[in-house]
Amino acid sequence: MIWNAVRESEAPEKRRTRQLADLKDLVARLYNRVPFYRGRFDSQGVKPTDIRNLEDISRMPFTTKDDLRETYPYGLLAADEEDIVEVHTSSGTTGTPVVDAYTRNDMDVWAEVMARCLMMAGAEKGDVVQNGYGYGMFTGGLGVHYGAHAIGCNTIPVGGGNTERQLQLMRDFESTILTCTPSYSLYMAEVAKDMGLNMADLKLKSGIFGAEPWSENMRKEIEEKMCLKAYDIYGLTEIIGPGVSNECSEQNGLHINEDHFYPEIIDPETGEVLPDGEKGELVFTTLTKTGTPLLRYRTRDITWLERGECACGRNLVRMHRLLGRTDDMLIIRGVNVFPSQIENILMEIEETQPHYQIIIDRGQSHLDDVELRVEVEPKFFSDETRELERISRKITEAMKNKLGINLHIRLVEPKSIERSMGKAKRVIDKRTL
Amino acid sequence: MKVTQISVFMENKNGRLAEITRLLASKNISLRAVTIADTADFGILRLLVKDPDYARDVLLEAGFTAKETEVLAVAMDDKPGALAEVMELFEKNKVNIEYLYSILAGKGDKADVVFKVEDLERGESLLKQNGYDKPLDL
Repeated sequence: MIWNAVRESEAPEKRRTRQLADLKDLVARLYNRVPFYRGRFDSQGVKPTDIRNLEDISRMPFTTKDDLRETYPYGLLAADEEDIVEVHTSSGTTGTPVVDAYTRNDMDVWAEVMARCLMMAGAEKGDVVQNGYGYGMFTGGLGVHYGAHAIGCNTIPVGGGNTERQLQLMRDFESTILTCTPSYSLYMAEVAKDMGLNMADLKLKSGIFGAEPWSENMRKEIEEKMCLKAYDIYGLTEIIGPGVSNECSEQNGLHINEDHFYPEIIDPETGEVLPDGEKGELVFTTLTKTGTPLLRYRTRDITWLERGECACGRNLVRMHRLLGRTDDMLIIRGVNVFPSQIENILMEIEETQPHYQIIIDRGQSHLDDVELRVEVEPKFFSDETRELERISRKITEAMKNKLGINLHIRLVEPKSIERSMGKAKRVIDKRTL
Repeated sequence: MKVTQISVFMENKNGRLAEITRLLASKNISLRAVTIADTADFGILRLLVKDPDYARDVLLEAGFTAKETEVLAVAMDDKPGALAEVMELFEKNKVNIEYLYSILAGKGDKADVVFKVEDLERGESLLKQNGYDKPLDL
């Protein structure tokens, strides 16, 4: 089912007309109400009236995460403070937190786009949504909650953690939809096994997984172990939280709710807008938000866009699952490496678990020393050192062939790498550069 | 003769071995043989105990990675040349040895040595035919 067929399957020309009208309105609001943006416009010599068609957006200034931090907490507010009804901030794990302040209008937008996302993943009235995203300042929990309520789903607000209880609730209330991080779902599968719970006996049909990058191989593993269809969801606090885009039944790219969040792909070096199909940094403009709307926000996420009718009935532009980030890309001895590549390689090696950690240090030789800790799959544990060394060599060679660098492989005990309830901490960079 | 050995995967980190031995002690499991095969990055602890199934379950329950392997325990005379004699027997009959270690305290005038051989069945029948047929008393 489609939550809002009028908007999600709208004729492209009609959609563009409304996007342009909303963009003009947004730019005028930013210029008139947010001194930060007025300063940007003036210093770049552009005016709101410069927007005559959608392509003119490329003349407008970008907004970066640093801009958000420097204006913390309310420097980007475009509404009166008394009209704000809810505030969320990012976890601040990578610096000062960023703020999203929602007006009544923004709350409605959020519930609308999240309801669309849930339906893209097969939810409808009558479904039981078990929400394993954290509630609180993190947008994940409440965002899913509002969307599930808009549809009228029974919503179980269990949040993250307490895995045995999660599984009991799942069994007792016959949850049909699970939302959590992909790595946490694999941890759940492990705990279920320890509890003697067979996932095939439960009622789950879909899982909506996001808040951290994952891979196609990981999807296969989750679908097999959790006995459900796994869908990718994308969102970020700065834009609205979860609800920006989601995969549909085709599992071939994430439909962006582009009538609310206008996407562009740019060259991260030059800022140049790239044509559809080309990889680059994803940029969003929040067309309809009124609390803290953003113009051309640079997400640092790398992906590409594809347009056209989708077999699911929607024609919202699709973004490919994230290929990485402009800032979590590791440069190891001059080679660009994304943690997701390492994960993909490990998934193809049966003797290891997809749980891993990368530790980068710079030794006395001043060369980057990269240790990749991987868990041994218990059934491949051997009483002979040479067998374990064979596994270790196999991983080293696979990494060398596919990444072009030598990693020091360290086999560790199963379940010894910390399982995160939220974002998995995959990389520990001890280099002081 | 054939006995069941427990092997435990150990990361090379402080206190891991102490943890395992403490656990076994708390369950009143007596060790008859202990040896560690180690590399720069990890170690494999090999143990002989009276009730290997129980010891394995205790270790697994505590979250260790443990498995059972069949090995050959040979009681030989506690005198110079006794081991050489067995080695020669294996060599002549092309039974490959993966590793060997000795048992903690011999009983009486015998010394017990544990062999992991490539072909367990052949190794065992060869030993039996040559008079090494005393079952090991754990």
